[in-house]
Amino acid sequence: MTDAQKNVWAGAIPLQIELHEFDVTTSPPPPPVLVLAPRMGYLPLLISIIKPHFSSTLPPGEDTIWFEYKGLPLKWYIPTGVLFDLLCVEPKRPWNLTVNFRRYPKNILLPCESEDTVKWSFINSLKEAAYIITGNCKNVMNMSQTDQAELWQSVLKSNLDAFQRVSSKLKLGTFEDEFVVHIDSNTKKLQQSSGETDVAAQMKIARIPVRLYVWTVSEDFDDFEDAPPTPIDSWDKVSYINRPVEVHKEEGKYFSLRDAIESLLPEFFGERNLSDERDPSTKQSAEEGGENPFDPVSLCSQLKNAEIKFVRIQGIEPKLEIPFSWVARNLINPEHFLHTCVCLKVIQA
Amino acid sequence: MKNHLIMPHWYGPDSDYHEINHYDFHVVYSASYKVPVMYLRAYHSDGQPLLFSEIEKDLPGLSVKLVSESKCSFITQEKHPYLNRPWCKLHLCGTSEWMKLLFSTHKSLTTNGSTIEHYLISWFSVVGQMFGLKIPLEMLNCS
Repeated sequence: MTDAQKNVWAGAIPLQIELHEFDVTTSPPPPPVLVLAPRMGYLPLLISIIKPHFSSTLPPGEDTIWFEYKGLPLKWYIPTGVLFDLLCVEPKRPWNLTVNFRRYPKNILLPCESEDTVKWSFINSLKEAAYIITGNCKNVMNMSQTDQAELWQSVLKSNLDAFQRVSSKLKLGTFEDEFVVHIDSNTKKLQQSSGETDVAAQMKIARIPVRLYVWTVSEDFDDFEDAPPTPIDSWDKVSYINRPVEVHKEEGKYFSLRDAIESLLPEFFGERNLSDERDPSTKQSAEEGGENPFDPVSLCSQLKNAEIKFVRIQGIEPKLEIPFSWVARNLINPEHFLHTCVCLKVIQA
Repeated sequence: MKNHLIMPHWYGPDSDYHEINHYDFHVVYSASYKVPVMYLRAYHSDGQPLLFSEIEKDLPGLSVKLVSESKCSFITQEKHPYLNRPWCKLHLCGTSEWMKLLFSTHKSLTTNGSTIEHYLISWFSVVGQMFGLKIPLEMLNCS
């Protein structure tokens, strides 16, 4: 366990949560409640702490709880820390949220009935990450009930020790380790066999689960304090990109965080030339990366027309030149996804 | 960059109350699982979304049988990847495995432009059954 991982797991956002006026039936209205929310957690999991403060003032009826920030309903399946990094551009503490117990916005938010809904969403993401990293979800699907319960508890309590005890059994490996093993075993294979197919076909591609939250600005700003960019007031302003980063090591070539992010945004940074070293078994999904060769838009995107203004992961803004492998190993969430907020400055034509 | 196929609008079977339910199906490519995934949205004529139980009544192929027999094939409510609204997504276990099986029997399929169409038609011939959607014969004869 690295220091970085310990710090990330200990990260928390101080929240000041007030009850929406439509849910207040008493006078004076109740004061807001202060909660320290783990970065790795999810907002609905805080209900047991929040509800007691407001239960005496709630109107009669069934609770359908949801949170909002400046009028924007918050997606409950996005980890709390990611929501904060994305929506609170100049990080304000405490982060002021509003909680609602009625009027669930069904057309914007997925339903969230209970803690179990959040848990299953987490497990599904973990399965997806396992599939991306290893090529199948068997390790997650075959987890014992006890292990699954312990894993979830460790997330609820933001307990890294307990988490690593269970998650190490899943063998979802670190980026670097997996990679070194592949190269070694491939070299051995080549030495032993004769007339084997070319090296490129043998070399495996490492896939890292990433969820990118991209928003674009057209104006320049140097300091958020002086001239903050327009805050995100609608989910339509955020492009959510759920696409794994594919890395293959070339001799002496360094793969940075910038390289990783640009590879996920070919429409802004041009298509990376991966086709030569593609694994033959992926041939059937010929349109890898989503680029249709006959789409005029993709032809134009060969030119750089955007600039990464900043990247925020786990509340920090790493230098884009740092090795992506370090980021992938230290800054991931418990379901093994790297949630990355990216602000792009788009150069107007 | 949008890998997103929009199917023609589908009307659910006429119920006892002569109410028509509306279905929208989208086929979206999943970069994580490297297979196409079916998303659907169901609503009453007044725009109110259907409950799961109502969807199950309309779509017999999606039945309890499928969900109980398969450990990991199920329908969940998820955000549509591009449209930013809640839709339903069909998780179909082992798509890439049974697609490989379907494809391995086709010796004539080499890398030419129609491979994608063939892939999608084959994929749809299996997935469509769950929703009672059929492919017109003309599509199957395309070369």
